[in-house]
Amino acid sequence: MKAAADFIRQGTQWLHTASRFQGSRGDARGNTGLMVLYHKELEDQFSSKRFLIVLGLIFVTGLASVYSAASGIHAAVSKQGTDFVFLKLFTSSGASLPSFLTFIAFSGPIVGLALGFDAINGERSRGTLSRLMAQPIYRDAVINGKYLAGLTVIAIMVFSIGLIVGGLGIILIGVPPTAEELARILLFLVFTVVYMALWLAVSMLFSILFRHAATSALSVIAVWLFFVIFMQLVAGIVANALFPVSDSANYAAMIHNVNTQQALSRLSPSVLYSEAVGTILDPSARTLSSFLLTDQIQGAVAGALPFGQSVLLVWPHLIGLLALTVLCFAISYISFMRQEVRAG
Amino acid sequence: MENKNCIIKTEGLTKRYGSLTAVNGLNLEIREGEVFGLLGPNGAGKTTTILMLLGLTEPTGGKASISGFNCTREPIAVKRIVGYMPDNVGFYGDMTGRENLRFTGALNGVSKEETEKRIDSLIARVGLQHAADRRVNTYSRGMKQRLGIADVLMKDPRVVILDEPTLGIDPEGIHELMALIRQLAEEDGRTVLLSSHQLYQVQQICDRVGIFVKGSLIACGNLEELSRNKSGVRTLEFAAQPDDESLNRLIRSLDGAQDVRREKDFYLIDSTQDLRTDLAKAALEDGYALCLVRERGGDLDDIYRSYFARRE
Repeated sequence: MKAAADFIRQGTQWLHTASRFQGSRGDARGNTGLMVLYHKELEDQFSSKRFLIVLGLIFVTGLASVYSAASGIHAAVSKQGTDFVFLKLFTSSGASLPSFLTFIAFSGPIVGLALGFDAINGERSRGTLSRLMAQPIYRDAVINGKYLAGLTVIAIMVFSIGLIVGGLGIILIGVPPTAEELARILLFLVFTVVYMALWLAVSMLFSILFRHAATSALSVIAVWLFFVIFMQLVAGIVANALFPVSDSANYAAMIHNVNTQQALSRLSPSVLYSEAVGTILDPSARTLSSFLLTDQIQGAVAGALPFGQSVLLVWPHLIGLLALTVLCFAISYISFMRQEVRAG
Repeated sequence: MENKNCIIKTEGLTKRYGSLTAVNGLNLEIREGEVFGLLGPNGAGKTTTILMLLGLTEPTGGKASISGFNCTREPIAVKRIVGYMPDNVGFYGDMTGRENLRFTGALNGVSKEETEKRIDSLIARVGLQHAADRRVNTYSRGMKQRLGIADVLMKDPRVVILDEPTLGIDPEGIHELMALIRQLAEEDGRTVLLSSHQLYQVQQICDRVGIFVKGSLIACGNLEELSRNKSGVRTLEFAAQPDDESLNRLIRSLDGAQDVRREKDFYLIDSTQDLRTDLAKAALEDGYALCLVRERGGDLDDIYRSYFARRE
């Protein structure tokens, strides 16, 4: 994919050269900027203390929750049977700690936020942005380079944690994952990368909109708190106001109420993510609707959904998360292009 | 280009921020290989002009070109031949000076061997050999400024734009910096555009200056041209000891003295001729000790002040 993108860029670059300068003097320089920036950002991220802190946070909480889940796994197995026991490591919560899934849904945004909240305004306040912009590179190369570097860091982090936690799981419960379980875990990790990358895009947007790193950090934390914690409360309040349920026999009102609440809370990326990975890691989840009428499940064969069907169920969620990322990017581009780069 | 010699050219360049006009119809021509000083108080629009030249901000009206490239439409082509050092130049503090330069080289698509070669020669040129492998965090202000010059030269630019290069450096550092800037034009044949509000330094090294006030260029030329612009009346500053009433009479009785004013502890004498010798001789004969005999208008300070006085 990257090769294709490079090819297209080079093509347009060539046209640009041919049409405007007639000469051929080293015009390929314009797109080297992106790769140079990407490498530098990657180096910066990996050597930063911030990265180590975030990595440590995710590792410790991840390991703790999986350990606690593993110790409680006997109870879970005796209740629900031994199907997909490996996946239960990720989804079941132990005696004292929430599940791995819940942890990631809650703290995943922190990773994205920490990596991006001072991406642009940090350069600005150090006085390096105007020097950077005086080099022959496209302006969007700065955003793209930083984003790609952040994305790479996130992907490496998520997959390494996934593998370590999985390995620990094998040791703890002694049951290796089946091929389907492996596929589901991989998809879960991909979803996690997309989810964190969305928050990276959000925090980079804020780093463009606000001049000070502290302001952008605080506002991005406010957004995180709102979507992770308050969104569901707000959704409940709004749904109750629109469709009050006073009579427990009034099914129509109840359905409206619940559907409204669900639709509203799905505006939150963390709800989208939790629903999606919950479905992927739990093959017995057949629907995302909050409740079913008896005639809807009549005739349904009890049992687990095949992998393909689970994916089909959460496809819209993936698209939704990607669309939000693209939206953040669009706003970032527009505001960054319009901004004046002035030192100090 | 009509004039082959002219490398930077602006026509009616204008920038407005809401109701504030930062740059007003600027027409400027800077010739290849000269050092041009953009002078003016803070907020006169110097930095805005530079930003427009680099395509970092869009002009409200008019156009600017460098070496035939339109600064707004072809910023990449412009930035390839223009090195720019912003005021308060910043570097990545946790990288060494050498690493910072290497990054700039890479961004400009300079090959690896060429980059290393340039880094070595530039570091020697700006006198940072001892600090090149230290983190920039440990640099002093003056060292950062010198690293800034090296950074600008990494791309081997034809045009060098320096925004307030002397801000916050000690006098010794300023002296070295000025010599370095002069070298860029004389030895390398680069065109240098620098902005400053420190007149004394600018007049030392600039071939021509433009005086910028409230967004307009009110005068442009070399020092002689600027001082000739005035009305032809020469003003002499004069003071002698003892500063008594008879000294006052002596001055007023002098042939050719048109207007005599008193300013703090010296006299200002307007005349169309050079009164220095006559006045000094007369004063000495009467037993006065000379404290000050100086004709105004010779340096940029006076030129600057006279233009200001006229504006207000």
